[in-house]
Amino acid sequence: MAFDYDKYIRPGKLPHIWCPGCGHGIIMKGLIRAIDTVGLKKEDTAIVSGIGCASRLPGYMDCCTLHTAHGRAAAFATGVKMARPEMTVILVGGDGDGTAIGGNHFIHACRRNIDMTYIIMNNNIYGMTGGQFSPCTPTGAKASTTPYGNPDPAFDVAKLAIGAGATFVARGTAYHATQIDKLIAEAIQHKGFSVVEILDDCPTTYGRRNKFKSVVEMMNRLKEIAVPVKAAEKMTPEQLQGKVLTGVLYKEDKPEYCEQYAKLIERAQGGAK
Amino acid sequence: MAKKVAFLQGNEAAAHGALYAGCKFFGGYPITPSTEVAEVMSAELPKVGGKFIQMEDEIGAMASIIGASLTGLKTLTSTSGPGLSLKQENIGYACITEVPCVIINVMRGGPSTGMPTGPSQSDVMVAKWGTHGDHPAICLVPASVQELLEEMVRAFNLAEKYRTPVMVMPDEIVAHMRERVVFPEPGELEVIDRAAPSVSPEQYKPYDTQFGDIPPLASFGSGYKFHVTGLNKMADGFPTTKASIVQAEEERQVRKVEANKADIMKWEEYMVEDAEIIIVAFGSTSRSARFAVNEARKQGIKAGLFRLITFWPFPEERLLELSKQAKAFITPEMNLGMCTGVVKGCVEGNAPVHGIFRVDGEPINPGQILDKMKEVK
Repeated sequence: MAFDYDKYIRPGKLPHIWCPGCGHGIIMKGLIRAIDTVGLKKEDTAIVSGIGCASRLPGYMDCCTLHTAHGRAAAFATGVKMARPEMTVILVGGDGDGTAIGGNHFIHACRRNIDMTYIIMNNNIYGMTGGQFSPCTPTGAKASTTPYGNPDPAFDVAKLAIGAGATFVARGTAYHATQIDKLIAEAIQHKGFSVVEILDDCPTTYGRRNKFKSVVEMMNRLKEIAVPVKAAEKMTPEQLQGKVLTGVLYKEDKPEYCEQYAKLIERAQGGAK
Repeated sequence: MAKKVAFLQGNEAAAHGALYAGCKFFGGYPITPSTEVAEVMSAELPKVGGKFIQMEDEIGAMASIIGASLTGLKTLTSTSGPGLSLKQENIGYACITEVPCVIINVMRGGPSTGMPTGPSQSDVMVAKWGTHGDHPAICLVPASVQELLEEMVRAFNLAEKYRTPVMVMPDEIVAHMRERVVFPEPGELEVIDRAAPSVSPEQYKPYDTQFGDIPPLASFGSGYKFHVTGLNKMADGFPTTKASIVQAEEERQVRKVEANKADIMKWEEYMVEDAEIIIVAFGSTSRSARFAVNEARKQGIKAGLFRLITFWPFPEERLLELSKQAKAFITPEMNLGMCTGVVKGCVEGNAPVHGIFRVDGEPINPGQILDKMKEVK
């Protein structure tokens, strides 16, 4: 029997705003399957976002949903999680929202290792505002504000997250649709701050400017550049040139923030020692 | 049993006021001269099972208290000048989403970094006009350490009652001076909690005006699912650009406060009954003004003090009334005329309004006010 996505979609809120060919819908379906796999209760799940195309996702989800200010999702979510640690908190958003204006909140959420999952849909562009370059736009690429090619180096979101202290970091692509739910489910089940970067496509504001002839061509690019971590172990640096690792890239057990704070409360209530 | 008495700094008293009101979450970022609020909260909140988090910046601090408030907790942040500027984006978010929270802003010199340890009263316009767009504004400006504690309790009550952020703005003098404080007993001061929804989770809409201008707010994690967005929204919380709804919702949000001004506004009148010269002052400046009024009376000048305790909403109607009896108003303030302009607007030309402005980091002293009284008499 086909999977019942409607169970998790708010009645009357579709169709979504995403353009034809955009990968965000694929990722939302992956998130829904992951929520179902983990068995989360909708009323105990908060989905938090900032601003942008990807950040419209929570509106479609029949959970406790919070569509916040640009870049601030991690900070709002930190308040929710800290105040009510028994809730599952999932953040969603784009690369511009998460790594530019939201960069500070992002790295500090990683550092605290607060038990939340952040899904960053990396389509290398600011889509909603019409295709300006983001910290994840490749050097040389065209955007509405880089008419001569992007002079900026790009962030590696996963490396940034690992460096900042996230204890679970994975990467998938919108092409590899059947892998997305597994990565997200594992991230949700991880105790600590987990980041799932999903390489995505924006045919409307990125593809058009960068000479991709079709959505299929953009999707094929994701297929071609992705190399599973295991497969990469057997590859030479030359073979890995231009490729991107996918799968679970990093995982470690470290004290979780809310649990540590609960211990702090115990100490405060028992008198300082 | 005798009441607990302590010798406290304003910022410490503010924190104790918040705790009395039932604050259970503090998200902050340290900034002089407000840091003691955060320090007391970090020590006291865990004792009552509350949470304290020092965020990465002021923007995050404001965001965190909105997130925490959405789970049902009473929440606080403290800041000063440049920190308040950074919080504006999310203060606007709390306004449009109608999420209760309290912001204590200890006024220091500005603009920008200004004078970190110099007193000022120059953030009162930011309290009303700081964040973009039209929105409700409640701002309290206490003048003593005791009053700061008690006004903090009232701030939480107003936030919960009207589903809006509330600002408490002591100037640096009130925040840093030490005074005798008598702690209110539990139950002595009214403590208001936000209204819980009476409908089932299936029927719940976070902005359902069939429950009046201030619909009940459910809590995340309590069985209610709903959507919150900073976009203009419909009753169910979902975005809309429909002109009639946007207009009606904006008006309702402002009306929540405007229609309840009588409940929110608070001021003190001292010897104004027969006063020909009325000093309108707030915060530490009002203490100098009281002294000046006493001195003036000794010298046969019919002076009185109108002390603002709520700055927003502003008591326009009462000042208009008083303008029919007064020959002149004097508005001493530690800025370049913010309150003066508002009072001028209220009195509609019935009486002249003379400002005394100081932005050099020094308090306005009674002598300055007395001199002005003699000048305008």
